[in-house]
Amino acid sequence: MDRLRVGFLPLVDAALLILAHEFGFAEDEGVALELVRDMSWASVSDRLLYGYSDTAHMPAPLAIANTLGLGRPAVHLAAPFVLGLNGNAITMRPDIAAQITRVGGPGNIAETGARLADVIKSGNRLRFGVVHRYSSHNYMLRYWLRGCGMDPNTDVEIVTIAPPYAADALASGEVDGICVGEPWNSISVMRGVGVIVAVTAQIWRRGVEKVLAVKAERLAAEPEPYHRLMRALWRAGEAFVDPTKIERIAAILARPEYLNGSAELIAGAVSDQILFAKGAGRVHVPDFMFQHREAANFPWVSQAAWLYAQMVQAGHVEHSTVRYDAAQAVFRPDVYRAALRQLGAPLPGASAKLEGGIVAPTGVGSVQGRLILSADSFFDGRKFDPDALDAYLAGG
Amino acid sequence: MRIAIIDESAARAAVIEEGLREVGLDELAIFSERRGMIGKIEAFAPDVILIDMANPQRDELEEVFVVSRALARPVAMFVDQSDAEAMDAAIEAGVSAYVVDGFAKARIKPVLELAIRRFNAFARLRDELDVAKSALAARTTIDAAKALLIKKRKLDEAAAYALLRKTAMDQGRKIAEVAEALLTAEKIMGGL
Repeated sequence: MDRLRVGFLPLVDAALLILAHEFGFAEDEGVALELVRDMSWASVSDRLLYGYSDTAHMPAPLAIANTLGLGRPAVHLAAPFVLGLNGNAITMRPDIAAQITRVGGPGNIAETGARLADVIKSGNRLRFGVVHRYSSHNYMLRYWLRGCGMDPNTDVEIVTIAPPYAADALASGEVDGICVGEPWNSISVMRGVGVIVAVTAQIWRRGVEKVLAVKAERLAAEPEPYHRLMRALWRAGEAFVDPTKIERIAAILARPEYLNGSAELIAGAVSDQILFAKGAGRVHVPDFMFQHREAANFPWVSQAAWLYAQMVQAGHVEHSTVRYDAAQAVFRPDVYRAALRQLGAPLPGASAKLEGGIVAPTGVGSVQGRLILSADSFFDGRKFDPDALDAYLAGG
Repeated sequence: MRIAIIDESAARAAVIEEGLREVGLDELAIFSERRGMIGKIEAFAPDVILIDMANPQRDELEEVFVVSRALARPVAMFVDQSDAEAMDAAIEAGVSAYVVDGFAKARIKPVLELAIRRFNAFARLRDELDVAKSALAARTTIDAAKALLIKKRKLDEAAAYALLRKTAMDQGRKIAEVAEALLTAEKIMGGL
């Protein structure tokens, strides 16, 4: 049996890795997983980059940042499998939330953003916490702010707050808003220190979130154990979207060795039932966390390209063709196809698409299975063509 | 060389501090409290920062290292992968380090090695403490079970202990487990 050591952070979107192990899918595939929990992405990265773990749960932009050598010496990473889409939210201090949204449910986030812009224009210097400099949380928040007429680099301050401190930081006024994954928004809401004003699925209906990251060199040298793991992850995804398994999944994730948290809050995130404000009822938000269906785990190269564009706009990367190519090369649809072909999983024929270009369910070309993708829109209706990066960046 | 030690465990930080002072490194500061920490670290202007790998604040710090004007660009210690052994030892011990860019590597190595030794020593101490604590708990349980047997079965202390010991041997269990079971039964039966 192959053995793989897997790094992860205690977040709901580590679910597929945990379930691949707990439901025995990994073992069925002949791969034994040893899950190694850390409390920071820095430690997850250290373990992966220096060979102490074989693969890891990682925010997609961090896999790109590590490849480009931002903050650490460059090590080429590969992301052959997306561990999930979205699942994050923006939670703000209740007094600010009351000024910008209908507290308790999902509003029109373009209108919410416009009112937030007014709050800022009237002289409030707001500070937001995101979980990591190179996180989808940071880039989604920035995309929303920019799309609503704010400059995320100058109109607000964005700092890193580790998720376990997010609720405290809101409570103490250290930050006015946070963009984090679950269960951390729910914890702030339950404590009454925050109100959810937007979920990231409202910003980008199919926003790429965590990926399975592995050193590219290692994947090339020994692909087989990783193929096995990916097949186990695919079956874990199948289980994740089975509504009869929600309670069981939440109970497993809540265990001390995994998330060490409340099964009830975790079940809310798994089933897209979101508590926007304390005392309000849970609201079903379709696609809050999107899994498995519509080839959600397929690493579209255009998703990596979109993230790179956001990194450039944030001033985190100086654009060059070499870097753009390196960033896109992190996502590995070829490996996804090679690993999942034998399961009969639907396999897209193309490796990139016009992101935000699908407005109604559309059949797309596949090399295996039938694949219909539904809307993947951005809240502002913008589209991203990976072949026209310069025009996109010039458009602000 | 100015060294900042960041640790949520004040006890471990003290153990590391002591080790560094012993070798004559005394420009040290310990940071355990998250609130206001960044400003204090910037004011201290360290050359080396030691932090445990399990500390959730690492991502916050790394962000500050990138954007801070006050701090002179600390970089993760393990930049030089040539010393694989030291790297493995550090990750095993759970200590990470940041060094201000350009600081001579030869001067850092002994600091990191010392930190690794101290981290491991602290982990050993904690393990020993855990063992001692559970031994103490077992002792208390066995004493309570003995007292129960003395009272209910009118045995003397030696005979009560012998009975517990024999039962444990017959069932292939630990004496403390048998004692625990006896006390549980007594609790449920309510002294019948």
